Amino acid sequence: MVHGEIWTLKELFVLPNEYIYWSIQIVMYPFMTGLVAGAFVLSSLYHVFGIKELKDIARFALVFSFALLFAAPMPIVLHLQHPFRGINVMMTPHFTSAIAAFGIVFFSYGAIVASELWFLYRKHFVESALALREKQDKSLYENILYLVFCALTLGVTDISQEALHKDEKAIKTLAGIGIPVACFLHGYAGFIFGSVKANALWMTPLMPVIFIMSAVVSGIALCMLTYIITMELRKFLMGIKKAHAVGFQTKEDLKSVEINVIRMTAKYLLFFLIAAISLELLDLIFRGYTAVKSWDVLRSVIYGRDFAAIFLFQYGLGNAVPFILFLLPGLTLRRAVVGVLLVLFGVFMMRYNVVIGGQAFSLTFMGYMHYELPIIPHDWETLKEGLFGALGIFVMPFVLFWVLSHIFPIFNYEESH
Amino acid sequence: MKNHVWRPLFAVIGIIVLILIARLFYVPHDFGIHERGFMYGWYRNNNIEDWKQVKVKYQGRDYCKDCHSDKYESILKSPHSIIQCENCHGPAIDHPSDPPKLAIDRSRAQCLRCHFPLPYPSSGRAKIRGIDPDTHNRDFQCVTCHNPHKPNLSIR
Amino acid sequence: MISRRDFLKYTVKGAAGLAVPLAAIEIVNPKKILADSQGIGKTRWVFLVDTYKCVGCGFCVKACKIENEIPYDANVTRTWVERYVNTKDGRLFADTPKGARDGFTTNKIDLGLGKFQDVKNEDIRRSFFVPKLCNQCENPPCVQVCPVGATYQTPDGVVLVDRTWCIGCGYCIMGCPYGVRFFHPKYHTAEKCNFCYHRISKGLKTACVQACPFGARMIGNIKDPNDPVTKIVTTERVGILKSEYGTKPQVYYIGLDEEVR
Repeated sequence: MVHGEIWTLKELFVLPNEYIYWSIQIVMYPFMTGLVAGAFVLSSLYHVFGIKELKDIARFALVFSFALLFAAPMPIVLHLQHPFRGINVMMTPHFTSAIAAFGIVFFSYGAIVASELWFLYRKHFVESALALREKQDKSLYENILYLVFCALTLGVTDISQEALHKDEKAIKTLAGIGIPVACFLHGYAGFIFGSVKANALWMTPLMPVIFIMSAVVSGIALCMLTYIITMELRKFLMGIKKAHAVGFQTKEDLKSVEINVIRMTAKYLLFFLIAAISLELLDLIFRGYTAVKSWDVLRSVIYGRDFAAIFLFQYGLGNAVPFILFLLPGLTLRRAVVGVLLVLFGVFMMRYNVVIGGQAFSLTFMGYMHYELPIIPHDWETLKEGLFGALGIFVMPFVLFWVLSHIFPIFNYEESH
Repeated sequence: MKNHVWRPLFAVIGIIVLILIARLFYVPHDFGIHERGFMYGWYRNNNIEDWKQVKVKYQGRDYCKDCHSDKYESILKSPHSIIQCENCHGPAIDHPSDPPKLAIDRSRAQCLRCHFPLPYPSSGRAKIRGIDPDTHNRDFQCVTCHNPHKPNLSIR
Repeated sequence: MISRRDFLKYTVKGAAGLAVPLAAIEIVNPKKILADSQGIGKTRWVFLVDTYKCVGCGFCVKACKIENEIPYDANVTRTWVERYVNTKDGRLFADTPKGARDGFTTNKIDLGLGKFQDVKNEDIRRSFFVPKLCNQCENPPCVQVCPVGATYQTPDGVVLVDRTWCIGCGYCIMGCPYGVRFFHPKYHTAEKCNFCYHRISKGLKTACVQACPFGARMIGNIKDPNDPVTKIVTTERVGILKSEYGTKPQVYYIGLDEEVR
């Protein structure tokens, strides 16, 4: 069977080789990179612009961004027909292709986030390594941990006040460089689509900007969600242990910190949400007003076939409803959770409507293609490019985050600076 | 030790150097920029040779001429002279050694490719005579009555 | 706060770090442009299609699939034939069932999803067939977007795919405005018409040109002024497909119409 044939239904005049070649994993790809970029921008708001209210979530967002970073290329790898040749992108990059930039941008971005994390947690690495060295009768796990922490110090054990001060300066610089790189990382994901002149829906110079704005929206939303979940978990654990006096924090302390952070972050979420919606509507209005050759078929897709997906799910449920939820005074945690879930759904639908919607019509402008997401997998292809493949990708950063949180303590870490 | 700030940068440079070394071994030596410049000419040069090595399957009627001169001559005199032998007899490839026998397509569908009547104005199809396959001896192969090498209504 | 000096220091080092991989490519591949200069300036393969002559028999598609080892029953093809039917009441229909591998043997228009449209001969205002194949563009967007250099243009103007290097991302398929690319069902790499490169480089015609009984397809060298194709392309009125994309396609059509997509 031809790749793409299993989930493509052709209607009217469609060229023989046309299928929905870019399926659910390519929807996941900009969704995940968007989350990476958004999480990083959120953390940088504190580190660069010194927005103190975001201090608590900033450290968290950075670690999460790192976890997401590893998950972001996975959809592409799963989508490739020859996944093991994926390395060719690094080996013989063809820089006139937007995808070729991936290797460079992804690598430099990863280096920046890793370095920033290193500076942020250097003191912890050194202390842990020293503490483990002192310890007698190490278990196997502790031995491994010791080696990991030793490697992570990169051979530097200097944690004097002076050295830590330098760390702080380095973090600020890296966060500063990181913002444009994060925007570039995701802007180029938009460029991948926006530069395809053969696709009438994708080709617009607004695409990278739209992608960046919705990326920041989704990144912030996911950070808020994960933050709330972890805070709730901690409260829950405290309840079980009845250990009210862990450090200086009590359950009530946590609660007030939590809602303050969430309210503050929600304001930034709103700001970027407005920017994202404005740009998307501008694009839509402009297309209708200029009404070039492709408009007839685009209109029939946007206002006809994909009406529910675009106007009900994406703009309605994904944008308008959370917008109102966040705008109403007295934001509660519960409302925030519903809001961010809807925002995430909305951004996902936006990616879906761009990627799948862009392939919903034929190059002939005289035919349509329907996408049927494979749900029950019956072979490798329908597994990796089906519902379960996409869900696996979505769960992956949370697992990674859990693993990383063993090396980078996210809470109860006393800041030296 | 006093400037530990550069340590991550050293690590990054180390990784880049590793990638570049890996590149030396991984990338074929004929990979590079060719005539059409980096945008259109960034490729592995030997691949052009690979494509030239593809086996030719359709040999053309001159390939058939020497052994099947009678058939060759007869069809040249008919309106079907424009049709290549291999369109019905299948690709010769290395016939007669491989394959020793060709599978002839005698199906009605084969004839209908041209002889289903589609009188489309401004298309050559309008000039070809056709039959309605639903009413015209529908259970018989065309070759039962018509000789494709001499189709001038000379019933067999 | 970071001092300006520090900032500049970081910026310069960062930029230097990014520049390394770019420079390295030049170092590792020194023998570029000169490589093999045989074909330069002598050959530029182009194609000519006469839509008036095409009868939609589909022998070209059949021959192409066999010659180029595209699984015969797979619903992808390097070349195909389209049928356009314009009715007297102003409706436009078009189809290409199985890429016209088996020709057009019914007057029902294939609407997809198992539906067909019956158009009576007397309702037709005009109707014709249009063979399609890779345009071997002078500015091929599919090559531009390949991230790894697995597809490229040869010195004689044909766009080829390196099956050993293609990663199967599908970007070239998305980038082609003509829909000529697909994934090969067996090799799982990008696949496309290459003017039967193995044949034209031996002096043969392409399989589709040879199989066409009506002379609707021709291949030629535009740089040879005596080539029959060159004569027609340069002296008669010919059209190209989708010129608005700036790809400079090199398949020329006689009898092209606005409604041909």
